[in-house]
Amino acid sequence: MLNGTEDEEKWLAEGIAGIQHKAFYMHRALDSNNLREALKYSAQMLSELRTSKLSPRKYYELYMRAFDELKRLELFFKDDSKHGVSVVDLYELVQHAGNILPRLYLLCTVGSIYIKSKEAPAKEVLKDLVEMCRGVQHPIRGLFLRSYLAQISRDKLPDIGSEYEGDADTVMDAVDFVLQNFTEMNKLWVRMQHQGPGRVREKREKERSELQDLVGKNLHVLSQIEGVDLEMYKETVLPRVLEQVFPDEYHLQTLETLLGACPQLQPTVDVKTVLSRLMDRLSNYAASSADVLPEFLQVEAFSKLSNAIGKVIEAQVDMPAVGAITLYVSLLTFTLRVHPDRLDHVDQVLGACVKKLSNIPKLEDSRAMKQVVALLSAPLEKYNDIVTALTLSNYPRVMDHLDIGTNKLMAMVIIQSIMKNNSCISTADKVEVLFELIKGLIKDTDGADVDELDEEDFKEEQNSVARLIHMLYNDEPEEMLRIICIVRKHTMVGGPKRLPFTVSSLVFSALRLLRQLQGQEGDIVGEEASMTPNKIFQLLTQIIESLSAVPSPELALRLYLQCAEAANGCDIEHVAYEFFTQAFVLYEEEIADSKAQVTAIHLMIGTLQRMNVFGVENRDTLTHKATGYSARLLKKADQCRAVYACSHLFWVNDQDGIKDGERVLLCLKRALRIANAAQQMANVARGSGGPVSLFVEILNKYIYFFEKGNKQITSSAIQGLIELINTEMQSDSTNPDSVADAFLASTLRYIQFQKQKGGVVGEKFESIKL
Amino acid sequence: MVLVLAIGDLHIPHRAPDLPPKFKSMLVPGKIQHIICTGNLCIKEVHDYFKTLCPDLHITRGEYDEDSRYPENKTLTIGQFKLGICHGHQVIPWGDLDSLAMVQRQLDVDILVTGHTHQFKAYKHEGGVVINPGSATGAYSSFTYDVNPSFVLMDIDGLRVVVYVYELIDGEVKVDKIDFKKTATAPSAH
Repeated sequence: MLNGTEDEEKWLAEGIAGIQHKAFYMHRALDSNNLREALKYSAQMLSELRTSKLSPRKYYELYMRAFDELKRLELFFKDDSKHGVSVVDLYELVQHAGNILPRLYLLCTVGSIYIKSKEAPAKEVLKDLVEMCRGVQHPIRGLFLRSYLAQISRDKLPDIGSEYEGDADTVMDAVDFVLQNFTEMNKLWVRMQHQGPGRVREKREKERSELQDLVGKNLHVLSQIEGVDLEMYKETVLPRVLEQVFPDEYHLQTLETLLGACPQLQPTVDVKTVLSRLMDRLSNYAASSADVLPEFLQVEAFSKLSNAIGKVIEAQVDMPAVGAITLYVSLLTFTLRVHPDRLDHVDQVLGACVKKLSNIPKLEDSRAMKQVVALLSAPLEKYNDIVTALTLSNYPRVMDHLDIGTNKLMAMVIIQSIMKNNSCISTADKVEVLFELIKGLIKDTDGADVDELDEEDFKEEQNSVARLIHMLYNDEPEEMLRIICIVRKHTMVGGPKRLPFTVSSLVFSALRLLRQLQGQEGDIVGEEASMTPNKIFQLLTQIIESLSAVPSPELALRLYLQCAEAANGCDIEHVAYEFFTQAFVLYEEEIADSKAQVTAIHLMIGTLQRMNVFGVENRDTLTHKATGYSARLLKKADQCRAVYACSHLFWVNDQDGIKDGERVLLCLKRALRIANAAQQMANVARGSGGPVSLFVEILNKYIYFFEKGNKQITSSAIQGLIELINTEMQSDSTNPDSVADAFLASTLRYIQFQKQKGGVVGEKFESIKL
Repeated sequence: MVLVLAIGDLHIPHRAPDLPPKFKSMLVPGKIQHIICTGNLCIKEVHDYFKTLCPDLHITRGEYDEDSRYPENKTLTIGQFKLGICHGHQVIPWGDLDSLAMVQRQLDVDILVTGHTHQFKAYKHEGGVVINPGSATGAYSSFTYDVNPSFVLMDIDGLRVVVYVYELIDGEVKVDKIDFKKTATAPSAH
């Protein structure tokens, strides 16, 4: 270190000596009115200022020597009788100096005279100079250069009442010039912070503080401009100064002072922009490195900002809502960046916003709405886990202040956040909060008319809610049941338009719970009997029953059948029977559409076929009903197919399953009769054959049961059927049914294949003569 | 080499919120030439999503599908193979392979793609192959308590079809493959 200072002293001495040396020759030139020589030597002298070796303090000493000499030079330039060159030409001439730093010092010097001569508007010269100085970007050299500019221009600013004021030049121009110089000096000063390796940081900081005054002098100049009254200062100067590229920690440490000034500013000053930008700057600063975060805590940044904003909003009663909310958005962004774990801060900001919104009877400004949405979306984006946002007590209160459309929009944002993050909401309490938040989607709220909604949008909304229900889950059955009950409570009041969407999700949620319960059967010993399959089935019944208000019989039928299967799985016969009853009643009374009936019957038969819980009586009753419905379908072809499907009701392939060969055959024969009738009807009505395919289908069924070992089905019966089909096909040769032909062919191929299998199967099929 | 995606029984939004993320990231547009969907999507959004994966989309009607205009069954030819699609709730007993074989004969196809049970199956019989891609979302099924999300990708090349089944088991995607070769008269399995 000692060496360093010694060296510096040496260099300073060298520099001063250099200046004196060149100045000597410069004086000689001045005395002999030799402009060219004067310029040459002054440029050489100023070159000493090009050094990078000196600290600011030392550089200052050097600078002051040069400064004194430049004063002499200025006097010379002023008196054009001595050198005979007009100031305009002189201004041009000095720009020929080789190196930029001397060139600019000379230019500033001449510029000062130029302005004094009034041969050009002050504003233009000043503008030229302040921009040209950009050519020097080295911090120390640049700062001193601009300091020189500031100094020599002081008394030449077009202030009010000054001789330089004119139509073209106003106080505004003066202010602009000073501010611009100030801005540029600031940038240089800031840049110093980032220069050089870390170990000289301390040294650099020291240097910077030494230079602070230079920068600050501009403000002093500003305050001296008489034309800058309080008005202009408040409206123009202060905001621009506040906008400066000050180091962030500078802002942070002086936060209290800065914020203290804000409420006192006039309403015309866009203080909210100032504050917003300040917070945004600080947020970015916080995000830049984790090291700076303790600083924020140390200065209690959040509470200071929060109080300041509160005061500003209080003071500016006419501030439009959008302004206040924008401030809150900035503050929220700030706290989410700086202390994301402080949920109480987040809640506080939301609470302040609620307070503000409460004072507004009806918020109609769409920009304000957008800001509220931004406010509510920020925590969702920050904490990908929606559950965190659900703990914010003020969150729902903010949502309450949104208009209906925006409220629903926000609800969709929430749901989408959950879906995107694959979040699972696992407690009843949270589900309750969540459904409160999205209540705009779940039910009609005051003033909303469901009929007015665009159908596509409405569907999208409701499908989102339906999907959401599957994101609510807890593997503890008690808790899961609570969750389901809460969802049910909220969705049941949705009205007939919403129920079809939400009921299905709820039902399957409950069915999954049932399985969970079954899986845990052993563990529930000793629990109070709040959780039994029966209880869930009761719940299911109530839920499905609500569909009658829509009405949605087809969906209800499907759901009842699902429940019947579930009851079968729980081995509860009477419950399964009850569900079948409900389904069948719906079929009889509510499902009139032919196509719907066909599907419904197949679902009923298919489900019934799988039931193993029924005793003989119950099974018979239901089977009898099913076959009856089948035979009464409108179209013959549908009848036929449904009836032969019923044949499977009498034959179940597992060990204990029913295997009533006779009734199987009865069904098949009935199907055959229907097929015949269909054939005849077609002949009469259209003069051509009917659906031969039906016969082939029935043939396949014969083969199926034959293979399964139904003794009632004989190989001769099969042969007979094949002959029948062949006859039918031949008699209708004018209208060949290629589909049925191919079908028959592949069926016969199958028989052939089975014959060739050998063994028991082969033997069996052997008896069928083709 | 023609890639055919066989997928179905998603039951969105009634039984499942969405396709598993791991499946979604695998199914990219432009890689698949045909999509065969057994039904029970159930909503238009899923239909539109499939369309973005591949414009050649064939769907048959499941009993919960919102769009009731999907056909009950469908046949198409891809390369040397004739394929048939049928959701399967119409075929009783449900999941019964012999009854499904009858449908296969009726539609006169080499490969029958069917669903409803949410159980993956690839079954070869005298008349051809029956493939059930299972449920792509692992949706609740009255058939089985243990539903893993699954779908099938068929690579049809000349007389050969390789069936890749993708199953999501305990959070990991497992792949299995089965080869089928078609002779001039009937297919056989390896």
